[in-house]
This record gives sequence, C-alpha cells and structure tokens, in this order.
Amino acid sequence: MLSDEERSEIEEEIRHYARKRGASVEALMCVQRRRGWVDDETLKEVADMLGMSVGELDGVATFYNLIFRRPVGKNVILICNTISCMVMGYENILAHLEERLGIRLGQTTADGLFTLLPVPCLGACDRSPVMMVGEKLYPGLTPEIADEILREHGWRG
Amino acid sequence: MEGLTEKPLTGHLKPDGEALDISEYEGYGGYEGLRKALRMGHSEIQKEVKEANLRGRGGAGFNTGLKWSFVPMGKDAPRPKYLVANADEMEPGTFKDRFLLERNPHLIIEGMIIASFAIEAETAFVFLRWEYTLAAKRMRRAIAEAYERGYLGRNMLGSGFNLDLRVHVSAGRYICGEETALLNALEGRRAVPRSKPPFPQTSGLWGRPTVVNNVETLSNVPHIITGGAEWYRKLSRSGDGGTKLFGVSGRVKRPGLWELPMGTTAREILEEHAGGMADGFSFRCLIPGGASTEFICEEGLDVKMDFDSVQKAGSRLGTGTMIVLDHTVCPIAALHNLERFFAEESCGWCTPCREGLPWVARLLGAIEDGEGEPGDIETLREHTRSLWVGKTYCALAPGAMEPLKSGLAIFREDFERHIREKGCPSKRERG
Repeated sequence: MLSDEERSEIEEEIRHYARKRGASVEALMCVQRRRGWVDDETLKEVADMLGMSVGELDGVATFYNLIFRRPVGKNVILICNTISCMVMGYENILAHLEERLGIRLGQTTADGLFTLLPVPCLGACDRSPVMMVGEKLYPGLTPEIADEILREHGWRG
Repeated sequence: MEGLTEKPLTGHLKPDGEALDISEYEGYGGYEGLRKALRMGHSEIQKEVKEANLRGRGGAGFNTGLKWSFVPMGKDAPRPKYLVANADEMEPGTFKDRFLLERNPHLIIEGMIIASFAIEAETAFVFLRWEYTLAAKRMRRAIAEAYERGYLGRNMLGSGFNLDLRVHVSAGRYICGEETALLNALEGRRAVPRSKPPFPQTSGLWGRPTVVNNVETLSNVPHIITGGAEWYRKLSRSGDGGTKLFGVSGRVKRPGLWELPMGTTAREILEEHAGGMADGFSFRCLIPGGASTEFICEEGLDVKMDFDSVQKAGSRLGTGTMIVLDHTVCPIAALHNLERFFAEESCGWCTPCREGLPWVARLLGAIEDGEGEPGDIETLREHTRSLWVGKTYCALAPGAMEPLKSGLAIFREDFERHIREKGCPSKRERG
C-alpha cells in the first residue's frame, strides 16, 4: 500500500506535468527511495494514480535501468564499465569487489547489504575509475580505497 | 561590460569546488544578459545567437540560433511552448556538463531563461540524469534563489514574461540524450526516439513547440547577449564561435577539463594542458569527442578542435572530451568495450540497431578472446554500412559505427593478428 506521504509526494510531482503520466518516472522513484525497489502491488497503485494501465507503467519501469523491479541490497554499487574507466583499469576494481563481496555483477550479497551493478560513464572521467554507492560518487578507485568504501557501508571483511 | 572574460563559462568559478551562489554570480555581471535580453525583441535575440555561430555542444554542432528560429512565434503559435536543457550527459568519456551543473548553475539558468524568452516558452525543464546527485542539489538550490530574486516565475523583472523552471530527474539509459527520445522520457514514456519530421521545434513535448539544447550550449547564451555576437566569435580561433570545454581522460599526466578557444589543436590540449602522456605510457591514438567519434592518431593531432576542422580530418568534434588510448590498451578490447556499451544502450526500437549492435559486440568479443575467424572482419565492415546514417531510426547506431569504421582501418594488423594467433598478442607478450 502506498503511504500517505508517498501519495502526496506523487500528487505533487503530477502537478508539474501537462498530463499525469509525465510524472511516471518520478512517481516510481518516490516509491523506490523509500522501499529500495518497486513491487507489483505498488506499481499497480501508482498506475491508478497516473491514469495508466499496469502494463504501460511496467513498460516504463522496465525500460529505465535505475528503476528496480526486483529487490536490491541496502547499498547499490554502480560501477562504471565504459571506455575511460576501462583504460584506467576498472576491470581490476570490479574483480576485487566481486571477490570481496562474493558476488558477480548483477547479484546481491546474502546478507542483503550490497547489490553490484554496471553503469555507463558517470561523467567523472578525469578521476577514473569511478563508482557510486547509493547517491555518492567515489572517484580514483584502487583496491585499497574500494575496501575502505565497502567498510564505510557496513562490510566486515 | 563587467564580468566579460575570455572564459565565459569558467572564468569566475570558485577554487574550492563549490557552486557560485546567486550573489556571487550577480557580482560578476550575472543576469545582466537577461536584463538586456528582456529589452530586445525575440527575433533580435535569435539573430544575435545565430550570428555568434554558437553550435550545439551536445555533439551535433547545429547552429543554436537557427535551431530556435524554426519555432512558430506570435499570437497564433501553439502554446504552451517548452525549453529543455539536456543534462543527460552519458556519452562515454564526457564529463563537461557535470562540471557546469555543479559549479555554475546560475549560468545555465540564465541561459535557459534567455532561450525561453527568445522562443516564448513558458515552461522549462532541466532533464538531468539520476546519477548527477550533487548537480541536482545545486541546480535546485540555484533555481530557488532565482525565483526569490524574481528571475523566474510570473512577470519576470516586470517584463510581463512568465517562466517556470524545474529539474526532471531521469532514471538512466543513454538514449534519453537523443532529443526526441528525451521528449518521450519527459512525457513519462519509454525513451524511444520519434521520427523526424515533425521536428521538436514545431511538435515536441506533448505535441507543442519545444527546443532542446545542451547544458554547455545554453551556458554560452548570456555572454553572447552581453558581449554581442562579434565579441563572442572572436573568442574562437576558427569559424565556430566562442570557447569550448575540452577534456582529456586516460593515461596522461593531468587528466582534466579546460575552457579554451574553439579551434585549439588536439596536440595543444593533449600536450600542454593535459601534460602529455603519463610516465611509462606511450600514445597510441585518441577518440576526440566521446565514444561515438572516429579515432585520431599521432599524425592527426594538429587538427583544430572545432566542428568543421575535425570533420574534415575524418572524425567529429562530438563533445570535445578526448579519450586517450595508450600502448597498454588492446584496441580490440577497447572497441569491444565501446560496442558493448552501444549494444546495451540500444533502445530496441528499430531492428538494425537492436540486432546489429549485439552482433558487432559479440564478434569483437570473440576476436578479443581468440575465437575470431577470418570472415569476421568483413562482417564487421558490412555492419558499418548497414547501420550507417539513414539505415536506422536515430543516430545511436551510426554513432556506434564511427569508432568501429575507423578502428577497422587503423587497427587492421591488430585484428588480423588476433584472428591468426587466436588471442591478444600483447596480452601474451605481457604474460
């Protein structure tokens, strides 16, 4: 069930668009900010608010890679895997993270603490390799720095 | 004319990395361009920007004033009209719009207001990628400041002009940077491109006249109005007006971003500003303007970095942010990385792009892994023709073919050795 807070936040988003559906991405993000992901039941409620069919809104939700239709960990790691970070050795950082967390790209740790996902260019190429954890950008990665970042987010390795 | 500098985009930035707030921005002559614009006619502003030869900094290089001039004007024009700042920076290797959004938000806002006034738009959006969280925070704060001082909202500065400005935070996908796909995203749809014509200037957001301009493009507008088209053109060392944010990433001594005259050579940017190659690394080639441009090698480095000159040299200026490949990077692996990106980011709307790009990526992966076959090179070459301009719905796939097309020529020997020796020769040599 959508909370009253979620409902009023979505109503506020809708107000800024010529038609309700214009707020669909931001409405789904309202849900995701609180719950981590968007489940089927909530998606249906949001679709009702936007005057869209469930299929239509799910088509939108599944198009955008940062809207999660499956549960994710408490911390979502987005690691850049495009050209500048490749030149600067992101592959070593990714292998290091996979080894530390015991998961592969696209997976979530058993304790639900981390999900590891790829992301295209984060626009910080002068500080490659880079990744985000949650809403924060971490540039200039080395295996040592990556360990510190994981610890900062609760990893006990 | 207070505040005019040879670096209109970055001349007054704060060294501590914080954004200029509204008082600081006004102190450097900020919002003077807007005051002047409000006294000018719509067509006069459009003419000034057109004569300044400001060309679209998102990479396409279309004359901005000319782009605006296709918007229907006057009392019979369809309304409301919209202006959108494209802040969906996601071209691999490109990190210039993030810099402006985080450090000089009021410059973008002022540019957006002037552009909106010039086309009589009443609603404007900053279309921002989700990952730019700091930019979102700073833009929102700056927008609130601009409302407080009467630069936004109803009857702006007593001019009778109304404008609402808002940040729209998107949720990923490179295709959103394509302007018609962006409009679908802003309407809450899957971000697939639309057919053109009609162009957004006549039928854009919700079917209304809309202009989509890149963040850096809009940032140039206030100074063009303040300093005039002639002054602006003279900032450049070539026919394109103004300055450009040039960047370098890769194994150079000082990766970074610099505002320099349009037409500065690639060599000067690489050697003087980026300090040349980092110790222990030698130069192989570079991609001049983001992932979807053709490679430039040593003999091409004296090219002037402006739209026409780079095009004459067989590549594209694109976003003006170069990616340097050094001798340790396998060019096949680099091409595989580029094409995998494009394959993953294809929106899937048209068949050549949806099917062709994954095929290209798989072939490159196979060649990289030593599983390539002699016919693969010809198959890749065939794709550079069948995914070229006019064969696909939008520019994504042709853009993807630019580095491949030039890579097949420049790295011919690398391709052949990978296939013949069943693997990466340099990887084997390094053990």
